[in-house]
Amino acid sequence: MLSGLMPPELWRLIVIVLQIVAIVLPLLVAVAYLTYAERKVIGAIQLRKGPNVVGPFGLLQPLADGAKLFLKETIFPSGANKAVFVIAPMLTFILALIAWAVIPFDQGWVVADINVGVLYLFAISSLGVYGIIMSGWASNSKYAFLGGMRSAAQMVSYEVSMGLVIISVLITVGSLNLSDIVLKQKETVWFILPHFPMFIIFVVSILAETNRAPFDLAESESELVAGYNVEYSAMTFALFFLGEYANMILMSAMTTVLFLGGWLPPMDIAPFNWIPGIIWFALKICAVLFIFLWVRATFPRYRYDQLMRLGWKIFLPFSLFWVVLTSGVLVAFGWLPGQG
Amino acid sequence: MAESQIKSYNINFGPQHPAAHGVLRLILEMSGETVDRADPHIGLLHRGTEKLIEHKIYTQATPYFDRLDYVGTMNQEHAFVMAAEKLLGVTVPLRGQYIRVLYCEMGRILNHILNVCSFVFDVGGMTPMLWGFEEREKLMEFYERACGARLHANYFRVGGVAQDLPAGLLEDIDAWCDQYPKVIDDIETLVTENRIFKQRTVDIGTVSAEQALDWGFTGPNLRASGIAWDLRKSQPYEVYDRMDFDIPVGKAGDCYDRYLIRIIEMRESVKIMKQCIREMPSGPVKVDDRKISPPPRAEMKQSMEALIHHFKLFTEGFHVPAGEVYAAVEAPKGEFAVYLVADGSNKPYRCKIRPPGYVHLQALDMMSKGHMLADVVANIGSIDIVFGEIDR
Repeated sequence: MLSGLMPPELWRLIVIVLQIVAIVLPLLVAVAYLTYAERKVIGAIQLRKGPNVVGPFGLLQPLADGAKLFLKETIFPSGANKAVFVIAPMLTFILALIAWAVIPFDQGWVVADINVGVLYLFAISSLGVYGIIMSGWASNSKYAFLGGMRSAAQMVSYEVSMGLVIISVLITVGSLNLSDIVLKQKETVWFILPHFPMFIIFVVSILAETNRAPFDLAESESELVAGYNVEYSAMTFALFFLGEYANMILMSAMTTVLFLGGWLPPMDIAPFNWIPGIIWFALKICAVLFIFLWVRATFPRYRYDQLMRLGWKIFLPFSLFWVVLTSGVLVAFGWLPGQG
Repeated sequence: MAESQIKSYNINFGPQHPAAHGVLRLILEMSGETVDRADPHIGLLHRGTEKLIEHKIYTQATPYFDRLDYVGTMNQEHAFVMAAEKLLGVTVPLRGQYIRVLYCEMGRILNHILNVCSFVFDVGGMTPMLWGFEEREKLMEFYERACGARLHANYFRVGGVAQDLPAGLLEDIDAWCDQYPKVIDDIETLVTENRIFKQRTVDIGTVSAEQALDWGFTGPNLRASGIAWDLRKSQPYEVYDRMDFDIPVGKAGDCYDRYLIRIIEMRESVKIMKQCIREMPSGPVKVDDRKISPPPRAEMKQSMEALIHHFKLFTEGFHVPAGEVYAAVEAPKGEFAVYLVADGSNKPYRCKIRPPGYVHLQALDMMSKGHMLADVVANIGSIDIVFGEIDR
């Protein structure tokens, strides 16, 4: 076989590269068609058609948009710090991609099945704020700067309650490995049922974490024009855009793993378990993504201080309470993992 | 260690800004996200309308009024033709008056749809904008069927309206009036009780009744502050005294009240439109005075005198007796008025326009002080400014 002809390290490297390509390529296609889906869904809500000219049903629209952004000139504002200005979108984009390393698409379908998967995900998504702060600072524009500051404050505040939400799940599972979290839901029930309030908080928090409406303060077009990416054009803008949408998909995947049973079918009976797990996984991600789009078309935008209040004064105490409640229940009934 | 001086910084908000509602240039002095001072700069859309009118005959002056507040156009033509009619001492035939009221209320709805929806858009809700524009489109088609233009109507004439409504139009408007309140309901389900919307608008940009009077507020902005003042009720013109409608009055005078007032006013306007359609008499639509309004086409083929009248009216125009007059209408944005000085010639000697938006804009600093940047946007949206009329 091929593996016998070359040193094992090289073989492993090739396998990993192939795995990365196998994730990144479909992901980029998914991002492209998420923009298409967003325009179609919001179009339907707003009684209009959305893209329908380029290709059948406008299906080639994302490619046309991509080609346009690729071919345009990247403009550097005269007062910008060029190095940081260019690094910022790259950072956002790279971070949005590398987080996928620990996501289990199906049983055993994961690049890095590490035991601190949740922590890794959490760390990567926290780093995402650097891209935005750097772009806001490097653009040397007041609007971009305000957007960057808002975004930093917002992501930090919502990460705290998100962390507590995840802790509630973790103490129920007893593992930080994402595959274990899904398998635990196979034994018991999907965590959306016992942890329903946490599911709500988590969904709201990921809206804030990805800077999506109604928390899109960082780029609110009616106040800050476009916030942190106001000075960006062409490919640098495209990287921000791809990063934001890749993050949306990532966060939906995280919701799916934590609360919606990952790749598991809704019921382990005949018609459902014929369908491969990856399909279920994708369907669940689509459902969560639909919430993103639905909310965007429906709600007005929060104000900066109101968003902070919601994060610190409502979500944080409540999720903290839920952590205490969960552990209390688990201990009281002897359900604590590793205890029995 | 030297003590460093912390300076507040300025933001140049506009003239090219998505929430500037045109070409508002706002210099914001900020400390952090809080606004210390909002200094509106105007004049970027100044076209010298008042001066231009001095060099045009009366009939040629009306189109300029479409171009002031280009959202509810006929309401402004109304103020000008009323001023000229007062000086001439003519009374518009009843059918003409009804058509005017019908189209003015249509203009009010056109304006309020745009304002309410773009206000919601300013605080982040995208969808009502698209829903509202569908209805605006239908209304503009009614404009088009009456006068041939969708926006810059130029439909009102001194002494009446340009031409009678085509057959079938009233029935279509009536059908529209029946379905429109449902659209308002739809928009309200998305907005009125929405918690985020209320958090963004309640107690934002509060204007007390006293302040509203001090700053010269009129129209919905004044009524939101709790003062029941509407020219359609307090000094009825045309056939408004025959109409049965209510004037909504707010309590708090904040952005939320201003939004609610406009929503209710749209419902009242639909009521007025339906009454107009129901009571619309038949008859002429403009005064039967050949010195003021042109003769019908058919007559011109027969009568030499009619031809001469036509020629004189469209070259020289009519002469308005010397005098000064102030004519005000309740335009959708507030009291829109024309102060007309005539010197007996065929052109106005002076035509001073009182746009409501100009007066409202000066209160922006008072309303925004101490609020956050996002609230300034809400304030601008809620006072309903259009730069066509502010800069003239």
